[in-house]
Amino acid sequence: MTVRFLRTLLLLPVFGLLSGCNMVLMNPSGDIAMRQRDLILASTGLMLLIIIPVIAATLFFAWRYRQSNTEAAYDPDWHHSTHLEVLIWSAPLVIVVALGALTWISTHTLDPYRPLSRIDASRPLPEGVKPLVVEVVALDWKWLFFYPDQGIATVNEIAAPVDVPITFKITAATVMNSFFIPALAGQIYAMPGMETKLHAVINKAGMYEGQSANYSGSGFSRMNFRFIGLDQAGFDAWVAKAKQANKPLSRDAYLELERPSEREPVRFYSSVDSGLYGQILNMCAVPGKMCMHEMMAIDAKGGAGKDSHANRARLEYDNRYAERGDEGNAATVGGSGRESHSSEQPQGMKPKSIAPDVTPRGAAEQPGTGHDGHAGHGDHGTSPSDGPSGADPVAPGQLNK
Amino acid sequence: MFSNPDLQKLLFGRLTLDAVPLHEPILLITFAMVGLGGVAVLGGLTYFRLWGPLWRDWFTSVDHKKIGIMYIVLALVMLLRGFADALMMRAQQAMAFGDVEGYLPPHHYDQIFTAHGVIMIFFVAMPLVTGLMNFVVPLQIGARDVAFPFLNNFSFWMTVAGAVTVMASLFVGEFARTGWLAYPPLSGPAMSPGVGVDYYIWALQIAGIGTLLSGINLIATIVKMRAPGMSMMKMPIFTWTALCTNILIVAAFPILTAVLAMLSLDRYVGTHFFSNDLGGNPMMYVNLIWIWGHPEVYILILPAFGVFSEITATFSRKRLFGYASMVYATVVITILSYLVWLHHFFTMGSGASVNSFFGITTMIISIPTGAKIFNWLFTMYKGRIDFDVPMLWTVGFMVTFTIGGMTGVLLAVPPADFVLHNSLFLIAHFHNVIIGGVLFGMLAGITYWFPKAFGYKLDPFWGKTSFWFWLTGFWFAFAPLYVLGLMGVTRRVQHFDDPSLQIWFIIAAFGAFLILLGIASFAVTLVVSFLRREELRDVTGDPWNGRTLEWATSSPPPDYNFAFTPVVHDHDAWWDMKKRGYTRPVSGFQKIHMPRSTAAGIILGVLSIVFSFAMIWYIWWLAALSFVAIAVVAIGHTFNYARDFYIPVDEVVRTENARTALLAERV
Repeated sequence: MTVRFLRTLLLLPVFGLLSGCNMVLMNPSGDIAMRQRDLILASTGLMLLIIIPVIAATLFFAWRYRQSNTEAAYDPDWHHSTHLEVLIWSAPLVIVVALGALTWISTHTLDPYRPLSRIDASRPLPEGVKPLVVEVVALDWKWLFFYPDQGIATVNEIAAPVDVPITFKITAATVMNSFFIPALAGQIYAMPGMETKLHAVINKAGMYEGQSANYSGSGFSRMNFRFIGLDQAGFDAWVAKAKQANKPLSRDAYLELERPSEREPVRFYSSVDSGLYGQILNMCAVPGKMCMHEMMAIDAKGGAGKDSHANRARLEYDNRYAERGDEGNAATVGGSGRESHSSEQPQGMKPKSIAPDVTPRGAAEQPGTGHDGHAGHGDHGTSPSDGPSGADPVAPGQLNK
Repeated sequence: MFSNPDLQKLLFGRLTLDAVPLHEPILLITFAMVGLGGVAVLGGLTYFRLWGPLWRDWFTSVDHKKIGIMYIVLALVMLLRGFADALMMRAQQAMAFGDVEGYLPPHHYDQIFTAHGVIMIFFVAMPLVTGLMNFVVPLQIGARDVAFPFLNNFSFWMTVAGAVTVMASLFVGEFARTGWLAYPPLSGPAMSPGVGVDYYIWALQIAGIGTLLSGINLIATIVKMRAPGMSMMKMPIFTWTALCTNILIVAAFPILTAVLAMLSLDRYVGTHFFSNDLGGNPMMYVNLIWIWGHPEVYILILPAFGVFSEITATFSRKRLFGYASMVYATVVITILSYLVWLHHFFTMGSGASVNSFFGITTMIISIPTGAKIFNWLFTMYKGRIDFDVPMLWTVGFMVTFTIGGMTGVLLAVPPADFVLHNSLFLIAHFHNVIIGGVLFGMLAGITYWFPKAFGYKLDPFWGKTSFWFWLTGFWFAFAPLYVLGLMGVTRRVQHFDDPSLQIWFIIAAFGAFLILLGIASFAVTLVVSFLRREELRDVTGDPWNGRTLEWATSSPPPDYNFAFTPVVHDHDAWWDMKKRGYTRPVSGFQKIHMPRSTAAGIILGVLSIVFSFAMIWYIWWLAALSFVAIAVVAIGHTFNYARDFYIPVDEVVRTENARTALLAERV
């Protein structure tokens, strides 16, 4: 229980000192992030056991053995002491053994791939609770969220019921990003053609900031989203709201959405083309492309030998920005079509309209309903729940207030 | 320019007038300043008729001391560029909140943080470390030069060529916008079309050749050219750290070369090593670049540890505590530095056991590092500490670096890293160890060995001013970033929505301003010391009452370093000689065999700049031509048999007699 003692000891000055600012990592709202905070404090406490004496001794020796202090002992040839040697190697060793044990255990218990076993410190996860599944796609430069069980999709906003485990499946469309909601849990990379996982739970209702934590090109700085913790009724109402948007996310609409843009408003999609997330993950959302899992199935059977060449064009996927005429995320002169250090912004640096240009296949578009995405979050004021989603739209940076 | 676009493309590749940013005021002013400065320097050189001496005594010199000094001059010049980038970022982040966009649009800001990282690591920290090793190591081991003197000159000019390539991107074209490690697929041909990443690749490839060859050179020097009696366990600690660093360089830099070569193939010929599609795997790049990148961190810090070991013992007037454990600690760090690379990407989805393994190996490195800190601590214990400028840097380092080490170990705990990774906390951490460790170490080393190089000490008042500005500036600049990291703020952000963060960025910008004063004070130190050089002159060659062999010879040392190769009985060889009543031999001199200067290095450097420029802009005929020219000059140089000469005995006698007279005058 040394750890708990250390933690309490540390919390007092830390909170006192920094009560003025909102340190979300030190005051998170999800159990995983809370345990990560505890780990930070416990590790820091353990290390301070040796760091503080070292710094104190440095300053003390520097002062004590200064040249002008002729009263201090002076022993110019003293350079070895077996006792001290043992101490200086074993003291850090002891700390590292303790910290290593803490690391081994916490890395396994807080492994983002590991399903949750508790809701918070006092409540274990009841048997048979089905987690909320959210499929996350990092686009340039916005976030697309699929709710496969609810059949909806959203852009730049996710909600989850409080105290219900969430399973995030995370991928990206073009480049590496990192999916990070500081109040909820640690981050994990979002990478194209790959799926990473994160398990987490939110314990307090509220609006939280989410972001990409890995630089991904021009619009990276504005690649924020909001994460809303709601009670069950509020969450159901939020899902119903999305359903009422009556706007399906077809493959074509996705391909339009995928094009680079920043500062996208929140959007809701009432339904999703089946298998769209799988197509994005397998890099075959563009019609005519071969899905990666198909190729892997061929390879698993021994490959198609020279016949594979016929599939080559169908497997090329990174070139689609160039083919569509979109500028690459980090294009420079010689490839950007703009002059060097141009003050002109690259395309995709302004929010763009999507829905009016695209008529989704197999779905009747209802223009003029006010739910075409541009209304953003503002029309949630009519929500029957008293959840925070009813609040006025605010900049994501201010959400934790 | 040409009516025929095909002809233009053939002649100039993708280089057009659009590549020169004539409309961008920041760059135009910079260009004008660089131009004026350049004209002033060139004019001054012509006026004072310095071209000949500069060419004969410096550019073509194979003298390790001159090459070492040139490396450090290069680093200090590049520090100004890298620091200007830092100031621009701090200014942007201090103002760009809410509706205010700041003065740097994203595509410019992105280039600046990329250039800042690349320049500070490859063209400031590396040349500082290499320069110091070059200058000090042969003197410390009682050698007359490095093992391969021409290679040394060539390595230096390749590093310069890399630096020039980076600087060229400022005025012709643009630099990469990918972050300093250029992760694909962002840096691949699809997402980073254009010259930016190509500038990055070629600058690093060319400089990397220099670094690798200089590593081989210094290993050979240390292994083969030590003075008689200097067994491995009698080598000065700085030489030990230099040996370990160069072993790391030789083992790590080929990985960087290979990974950048693969990225070039992806970009130039359409291979798929690191693409998303057709079997490429960007995660492989991330692994490979960090298998180089983590040892690189130790390449930088180990020599700094060596500097602090020398300084602590010298200024505490006391033998270094725990020499053997210092050596073992250095070797253990060298080996362990290869077993930790994955801690740079715990968040990439490795399993818990893999993450724990790399987290724990990282923590284990803190044991030998901690042992080193304790060794310096107990060297100070029962010493008589003279707080001259180098010692101030050392104490400042011990306090600052310890805290940076602690936050580093914290980041090594994978679940803690999940929330701190890529945050400003991480930025604060690595600046804490690189500024507080490497940079403080190098500035301490420069102050410490400056009298050896030039024969006069640096002015202590301005040296202390610089130290205090750097120390307080560092904490003002980076303590707020620790706080911001805990507030969930990530790195490389050009604009913020939350106005409550602004105050922290303003404090950080103030810190950067203090560091600017620190850099200015350092420049003033150099100027004031030059003007006061007669007062600050040291004729003894041993201004600090030093302990190792470099203090046994004159300041500045003669071309041949030592008229007689010293015989070593102890790791504090010079201290031991002084204690045993060493008297300097004043007769019996002989002619000395020395390597001859050559222009091949600088010619190859210039040709490399041309080659990389041609490759970057797709000017294929020029690339082919310059490549052939490089091969011809390199092969041609192997037929240059005028590689050595003898310093005649008269000259040796004259030099040594002058020193004898000077020493006698002082007594």
